[in-house]
Amino acid sequence: MAIICVASLIYLILTWMIKDRYYQLMFSIVPIWALVGVAWNIFSGYSGLLSFGHAAFFGLGAYTVALLMVFFNISPWFGLVASGFVGALSGVLIGWPTFRLRGHYFALAMLAFPLALLYIFDWLGFQEVTLPMKREEPLLYMQFEDQRLYIVVAMAMLISALLINLALAKSRFGMALLAIKQNEAAAMASGINPLPWKFAAIAISGAFTALAGGLYGVVLLIVTPAAVFGMLSSAQALIVTLFGGIGTIAGPVIGALVLIPLGEILHAELGDKLPGIQGVVFGAAIITVVLAAPEGIWPWLLSKFKKASTDELPPLGLNTDSFVRNSVPAPTTGKVLMRVSDVTVRFGGLYALKDVNFDVMEGEILGIIGPNGAGKTTLFNMLNGFVTPVSGQKILIDQDITQFKTYDICRAGIGRTFQIVRPFKQMSVLDNVVIATFFAQSNTDKAYVMAQDAIELVGLGSRLNTVVAGLTTVELRLMELARALAPAPRLLLLDEILAGLGSSETEHVLKVIELIRQTGVTIAIIEHTMHAMVRLADRMIVLDHGQVCAQGLPQEVTNNPLVIEAYLGKRWSARAQH
Amino acid sequence: MILIENILQSLYTGVIVGCIYGLMCVGLALIFSVMRVINFAQGESLMLGMYAAFFCFAHLGMQALFGSYVGPFISALLAGIFVFVFGIVVYEALLKHVTGMRVANTEGEGHYPQLTLTLGLSLIIANGGLLLFGSAPLTMRTPLSSSAWELGPLFGTDMMLFLNQGRTIASIVAIAVAVGVSLFISRSRMGTMMRAAADNPQAATYVGIHVGKSHRLAFALGSAITAVAGGLIATYYPFQPYIGIEFVIIMYTGVLLGGMGSVYGAFLGGVTIGLVQQLSTLVLPHQLQNAAIFVAFLLILLFRPQGLFGKSVDRV
Repeated sequence: MAIICVASLIYLILTWMIKDRYYQLMFSIVPIWALVGVAWNIFSGYSGLLSFGHAAFFGLGAYTVALLMVFFNISPWFGLVASGFVGALSGVLIGWPTFRLRGHYFALAMLAFPLALLYIFDWLGFQEVTLPMKREEPLLYMQFEDQRLYIVVAMAMLISALLINLALAKSRFGMALLAIKQNEAAAMASGINPLPWKFAAIAISGAFTALAGGLYGVVLLIVTPAAVFGMLSSAQALIVTLFGGIGTIAGPVIGALVLIPLGEILHAELGDKLPGIQGVVFGAAIITVVLAAPEGIWPWLLSKFKKASTDELPPLGLNTDSFVRNSVPAPTTGKVLMRVSDVTVRFGGLYALKDVNFDVMEGEILGIIGPNGAGKTTLFNMLNGFVTPVSGQKILIDQDITQFKTYDICRAGIGRTFQIVRPFKQMSVLDNVVIATFFAQSNTDKAYVMAQDAIELVGLGSRLNTVVAGLTTVELRLMELARALAPAPRLLLLDEILAGLGSSETEHVLKVIELIRQTGVTIAIIEHTMHAMVRLADRMIVLDHGQVCAQGLPQEVTNNPLVIEAYLGKRWSARAQH
Repeated sequence: MILIENILQSLYTGVIVGCIYGLMCVGLALIFSVMRVINFAQGESLMLGMYAAFFCFAHLGMQALFGSYVGPFISALLAGIFVFVFGIVVYEALLKHVTGMRVANTEGEGHYPQLTLTLGLSLIIANGGLLLFGSAPLTMRTPLSSSAWELGPLFGTDMMLFLNQGRTIASIVAIAVAVGVSLFISRSRMGTMMRAAADNPQAATYVGIHVGKSHRLAFALGSAITAVAGGLIATYYPFQPYIGIEFVIIMYTGVLLGGMGSVYGAFLGGVTIGLVQQLSTLVLPHQLQNAAIFVAFLLILLFRPQGLFGKSVDRV
């Protein structure tokens, strides 16, 4: 925050000394585009939904201020406030149909809005809206004789946007958006409903972009559809941020500081001899950044100066000092925690699960085994809410959660780990886990304590602040386990958590699972590692071709001829007898 | 009577123009289905095709060789070859680094470098075009553009339909090229390899298919196909370096309507958009023609994002 104030002051002092009117104008445009970049970043940089249509907000803001002044004689001081609201509202309106889409479809849809507005405003007759000169009361209508005052206004808007950005970045809002960006499925499984966050982000982003557009209109005194709704406007928001550093606070400012003057100077000096040079340079800048420094210039610079941490991490706490030595398993209470009745899941013509019936008893460890393709992960996806059954029910205690969305299922008390780990890669272990506690704990400090406890429980205490991208397989699995565990679920779904682990790592994880069970959490676990399963599971279910072909105690199930036939094989069973 | 005549006329023009749009969409669909990248520079391929065709016609002697009747169409085809080579160069120099195997299987985030690279490309090519070619609009009109076959009187009334010769022939060429492309994709070895790489890049690698080369072929071919369409459009529509943006939404809407994974669907999608565009002039003022397409675009995205023939839908 101090940096923002000092840097802004320096900028203001430096630009105050400029005498040439054209350059004064240019240096008031720089913070305007920086503002658009910051606003764009708040939405796209954090959520990962690239918006190619921010020109829509920019243009709407510009036209709001211009038209209010032309038709209603309303001063831009009020007009700007109005444009902020227009921006926020249009953000929500645009977001409402488009948020259902992901990836490419979203980018395309966002592209369409400003282009459509361009044609509409053209048709409406607003090809050139000039702001009337108000010589009698210039200050009231934001028409400064001294161009440098525009710089002050622009900087004021930019600073407020930066401060808000700063506040958001550290908050749940920012972290939720980052989680959604880095792994939306995992975020949903951790109890985050992406939609409200996305709406909030686009409303804030739209409001600030519209403000920038409004000021742009005031500074240039003229608004045309092509200038504000055109591709270059949308692209400029993107380029400035991508060049400077997406997802960072300083990035868009740096990008604007470098690219805008460059573009303007090129345009001014070479514009008549080489028309379009501005676009070429911007295009080249963006290509260079994508190829050489995909994160942006600012992060690239930072990585050159920060030395990579080469500290050797201590080995995982395989010393079991913190583990309870009680080896007698807690008795199961005999109550049904979850009942799955007649569930069928279809993908087109393929029945992934057919008339599946089973109960999960409170306090037990239920093992789910079966050959590959039997439908085990689909079963979990169904339990977790990623897939909806076409028929049947799942009831948690006495709540029918069949139609619940993933985040609601998480909030109802079901946690899950994934067959292929889904971490929030750029975040630390602690941040990954704490995200899952947000829905359960509104006090952020307590949330961090909950997260830390879960991390200690699984044995990752020494890795609290390590960025997840640097973890080993077993550490990743444990991190995901801690994340699923942190909000104190009633049921944990573990999907092949032991796959590919060495024997000492497997021992560690098994101990952790036992420990978790002793805290009262029910566990359903899919596994292929049979020797571990028979030790761990109280009861087992065998899935084959989407149907339950055996249920019961491990001894019964492993001796069941059907199961041996379908999955275990005679040699395993022969060896298992000993 | 007049109303029906107008409708029939619009229907005809819509289908004719739609075939050319269809060809344009096929190029984009090919790139998308194989590389899974939204190519923002596709409009610029169109523009390059127009200029290349003009160049062949006026400066490379096609007009002299083949005359003004056939010349433009030959030029349009040649333009395809120019842009094909251009596409290969662009892929090798730039795109290769952000696409191919490494990106083929990543979720969401892996595709953004591709998106932004093509955006940068689009800016460079469009503005570079302005620099090199100037902003004066050009056309490659032929005498055929202003002659029409008369059909009628129809159905015993005095309705007359005017079938513009230039555009009709252009649409026939478009259909021919589209058929050629679809034969190539379905029958030839390279086409089959491309389809394999599109379907499952990892599996394709395991059986010895070079996924990067398939991407390169798809990009070059897709750009070339759209360029040919551009050359055809140039026979009846004036063009300048920024024309790409006008047609980009038509292309995307057509591909979306047909279904993002389907090349055949894209052609039909293009035809439909042509129809929408022409029929909308019956009820809307001329300038809102394109706005009608946007509305169609949004409606499709909202209600049927998988389009008519599409396979995968990226919905939340």
